Amino acid sequence: MAVPRIFAALGCGFIFGLGLAISGMMNPARVIGFLDVTGSWDPTLAFVMGGALLVAVPAYRLILGRGHPALASGFSLPANTRLDTSLILGSALFGVGWGLVGFCPGPAVAAVVTGLPAVLGFVASMVTGMALHAWISGERPVRKGSSDAASDPR
Amino acid sequence: MGDFTPVNGLIGGLLIGLAVALMLLLNGRIAGVSGIVGGLVNSKAGDTGWRAAFVIGLPLGALAYILVAGGPAPVDVLASPPAILIGGLLVGFGTRMGSGCTSGHGLCGLALLSRRSVVATAVFFGLAMVTVFLTRHVF
Repeated sequence: MAVPRIFAALGCGFIFGLGLAISGMMNPARVIGFLDVTGSWDPTLAFVMGGALLVAVPAYRLILGRGHPALASGFSLPANTRLDTSLILGSALFGVGWGLVGFCPGPAVAAVVTGLPAVLGFVASMVTGMALHAWISGERPVRKGSSDAASDPR
Repeated sequence: MGDFTPVNGLIGGLLIGLAVALMLLLNGRIAGVSGIVGGLVNSKAGDTGWRAAFVIGLPLGALAYILVAGGPAPVDVLASPPAILIGGLLVGFGTRMGSGCTSGHGLCGLALLSRRSVVATAVFFGLAMVTVFLTRHVF
């Protein structure tokens, strides 16, 4: 079942990246044009989010009504429902970074195809930030054959 | 910017919605980009294949558009190099701490009618707008 799931994820990533490029939202200058509500505001991003939700909201309802996904035994959905400090503070830090550059993770990864140093620098920095969070919050990568992995409670 | 393209925006949005829906229908997964990339950074054994495939698919989809549309790639990064590096760190760290980004909270979470995602989306959109206001109109 693993190989079909890998091809499915490749296809979903492809459609996602195609949609980002068509929408113009792969371009940080356009995203900042939306976020700049007191400047010459470009509302395009609202149409992108609206279009995506127009499909995703009814599709999620229909799909979750099924017993299980087509290629997996069950759905993997977030279980946490608490409004905690990490949610608010993390989202706030993300918002500041997003406003500074105009890149959120999806468009930044898609834009790697341009090979622009600014894009590669941003993505390298973003991955470093993710690794930093994993390190600070005490998550350890699972290493094959290491004694750490054996004693890891998960 | 002033270049408003609602039709392209809507078509792109419908495709993104389709990708998010297919990810749930086929793999039973949320298509949150920060979660998928973050899982590669801190990977559990056996979980890497589909994550890497999704991450490779994103630039391939963008490449298909660039090849068909022709012309230069539509990516203009206006921020200075230090702002790019600080912004990248904040986006990476913040999305992991807050458990999601524009796709995970803003699309999938809202489609799940999650209260956490509604709050997260309001916070990051709000702070991004304040940041753009400060960097463009104040400093």
